[in-house]
Amino acid sequence: MRINSIKRLKKCLVAAVAVTAVSLSAAGVVMAGGKDSLTIAYHVGVPAWDPTTGLSSVNPQLQSIYKSVFDQYIDQNPDLSFKPGLLTDWGWNDDRTKVHMTVRSGAKWQDGEPITAQDVVWNLNRASDPASGNPVAGFIWASVGDFEINGNEITGTVKSYTADYFKWMAFLTGYLIPPHYYEKVGKEGFEKKPMGSGPYMVDKFERGSYVRLKANPYYWGGKPAIENVVFKFVTNPASRIAEIESGSSDLTLNIPFEEYDRLKDKSGLVGVTTPVSDIAMIFFNDVEPFLDANVRKAAVHAVNRKALVDRLLKGYGVPLHTLEAPEYAAYDPSIKVAYDPELAKSLLAESGFSPSNPVELTIQTTRGYLPKDYEIIQAIVGMWRKVGIEAKIDVYEVAKHYELRAQDTLAPAAFYNWGNSVGDPQDSTGHAMFGPSPHSVWDTDDLDGMIGPLWGELDENKRIAGWKKVSRHIADNAYVLPLYQQVQPVIHRSGLSFTPYVSNFILPHTMGW
Amino acid sequence: MTAASLLRRLMLSVPTLFGVLVINFVLLRVVPGDPIAMMIGPGATPEDIQNLREIYGLDQSIFQQFLFYIRDLFNGNLGISISMRQDVVELIGGRLPVTLELAFVAIVIALVGIVGFGITASMWKGHWPEVLIDAFSGFVQAVPDFLWGLLFILIFGVLWAFMPIFGRMDLTVEFDPATQFYLFESLLRGDFVVFASVLQHIVLPALSLALPLIAVGTRLLKSSIIESMAQDYVQLARVKGFSHFRIVVSQAFPNALIPTVTLTGVQMTFLIGGTVLVERIFGYPGLGNMAIDAVINRDLPLIQGIVLTFAVMFIVLNILIDMTYAFLNPRLRHD
Repeated sequence: MRINSIKRLKKCLVAAVAVTAVSLSAAGVVMAGGKDSLTIAYHVGVPAWDPTTGLSSVNPQLQSIYKSVFDQYIDQNPDLSFKPGLLTDWGWNDDRTKVHMTVRSGAKWQDGEPITAQDVVWNLNRASDPASGNPVAGFIWASVGDFEINGNEITGTVKSYTADYFKWMAFLTGYLIPPHYYEKVGKEGFEKKPMGSGPYMVDKFERGSYVRLKANPYYWGGKPAIENVVFKFVTNPASRIAEIESGSSDLTLNIPFEEYDRLKDKSGLVGVTTPVSDIAMIFFNDVEPFLDANVRKAAVHAVNRKALVDRLLKGYGVPLHTLEAPEYAAYDPSIKVAYDPELAKSLLAESGFSPSNPVELTIQTTRGYLPKDYEIIQAIVGMWRKVGIEAKIDVYEVAKHYELRAQDTLAPAAFYNWGNSVGDPQDSTGHAMFGPSPHSVWDTDDLDGMIGPLWGELDENKRIAGWKKVSRHIADNAYVLPLYQQVQPVIHRSGLSFTPYVSNFILPHTMGW
Repeated sequence: MTAASLLRRLMLSVPTLFGVLVINFVLLRVVPGDPIAMMIGPGATPEDIQNLREIYGLDQSIFQQFLFYIRDLFNGNLGISISMRQDVVELIGGRLPVTLELAFVAIVIALVGIVGFGITASMWKGHWPEVLIDAFSGFVQAVPDFLWGLLFILIFGVLWAFMPIFGRMDLTVEFDPATQFYLFESLLRGDFVVFASVLQHIVLPALSLALPLIAVGTRLLKSSIIESMAQDYVQLARVKGFSHFRIVVSQAFPNALIPTVTLTGVQMTFLIGGTVLVERIFGYPGLGNMAIDAVINRDLPLIQGIVLTFAVMFIVLNILIDMTYAFLNPRLRHD
């Protein structure tokens, strides 16, 4: 009996070893790159699928995947300009008390059901409902209500005028989900099997690993050229590099610039860099020693932005002097703050400081969250030291930054990256610098007095001119230290037509082999 | 291990788990990083922020939150993930088998390596195989598991693109699993295409986890065998004319196994801890990979659930090690 058992065990072991050996020696690595498929080694995974509520809905890095599955009310061109999405027409009445929208005719959800004006209103009402968990329900979506429907036309009443209301229809949480499906499957059912009306349908989703998308035959923009798309969630940069080098993926992004330079020269690979709507900046807090204008101005004049970009980012960055990037509506190229260490020294001297008697402060930064973040701050601290500012670096996680910023208890200086993919000044300079905003750090009456009236300014030209004045005032008084516009490095297989977006979107339906 | 001592161990694990719960819960709420602060977009009003706090139950005091947490825990409810908007029990249930399967394969690789290298080094004590194995062990021990992972990605994924370096199985392979134990399930169902794919994907992460364990285990097994070789029963076996190989394998090895099993058991907890980074590097969708996302997003219910799961795993593992130890050493069964 025992002998038989041992014999059986031996047979099983031999079989297992044989199967293992055959398995390991069988198929090699499956290469990406078929004409009807595209594999993207993406840098973040999708935690949740509802693009209108919760933490994920305001994560800019997830918008490429959301935009592939869901439609936005209004869409964007690669240069940030706006174009019709599910709305083909939109606007305000003359006195900005009413809004009007036209819903695209013939558009369908991914189950083939037609998209109606009622569906659009259901989504707008849901977005403005605080119970839905939309993080910007109050300020944006609740600013217009009492919608009325007439065929494909929708009108709504303005409750509190928000100039960028329509721009948010192309921004975070500005997506539509099918009411009939959502009400049928519920919140959890939607997370398991999401549905929208975008160019791709979710075919298979393995949380933490990948999502496989299939072209949506009902898409109003025409069926995408590439039938199957896989977003692999490869969060480790070294693994993303290996993915593209090994041929396992066709496209990757967010890799170190040194690796980008190496990969772009490799045969079969193409490199594309695009300045995107992310701005590296240093928040100044209205606490000592930055209550002294001389110290603030010296801290700004002492920083050589071009050297930072050239030496640390290998030239992949665009030096900036305001919180408005060149693609933004209120960008004013005439606003410049000179790099002038001698001026910085003389300003500090007026306040009694010098390299031998430096003013001391703390600067907070993340390390590894943004490209070369810590190294950039080290370099800035070195530049400051030469003129008489001795800064101590405090490294923290980005989660702590958000908490401290919400409590307005950041250090005198704090490095951050501000993203604004719709380019409206309210969403960059506005929320970053207006005292009552939960995101602002510098809170002084002079600035709040300039910004306050702009929120309600009905004349668009006056509004933009007003924000340019605000930018100049901020630059003149050194209330913040804008550094540079980030550049997104993308490596893709040759033969793939790739369209870069300033908004940092990676959109498979705009690509083809 | 008697039934009484097993019961005693189980009862002792209750206060241990409660301690883990309390420390975990309080620490998460006092360390910096507010999930709501991460969630508020530009344009959010103070009312939006307060509303989100209420939705996620973070407007209550820590003590109240803890009471609700304990109440829900007794009902088998670990809450809803803030970032993934799914039931935490369901999320952990989906990922735990992935990690367990990875850990199992890593342990199998480690045991094969420990036994193979340990016996080889003892057999050829003082000769080049021992020197080679000692040098290998020293080198492997000095390199952490995640670095092995990166090295394997470079070697087998880029320089010699032979093995897959991402995920759990080939994305072109269709598989409709009933459980999350893909490897075992595909083997039992006789689906060798899936089995091959899963096995190929698991080898490199499992090897990364196994190598440090192999290094530690090999050294201990070798020294234990050498120690056993000086015992009287081994001398007797020699007198009886047993071959050197037979003496090592059948006489010295079984007795040398006890300390090795104990140490391997302790090291297994490190191995499971190591899955966090290794899963991340290989994009392996296990519990460790999810733990990192949960921490980045300050997903308090999910972090609490994962820490609790790891704590239960460690306690169970320690009890199992003690039971194995008692099984291998008959004297302990009567203590």
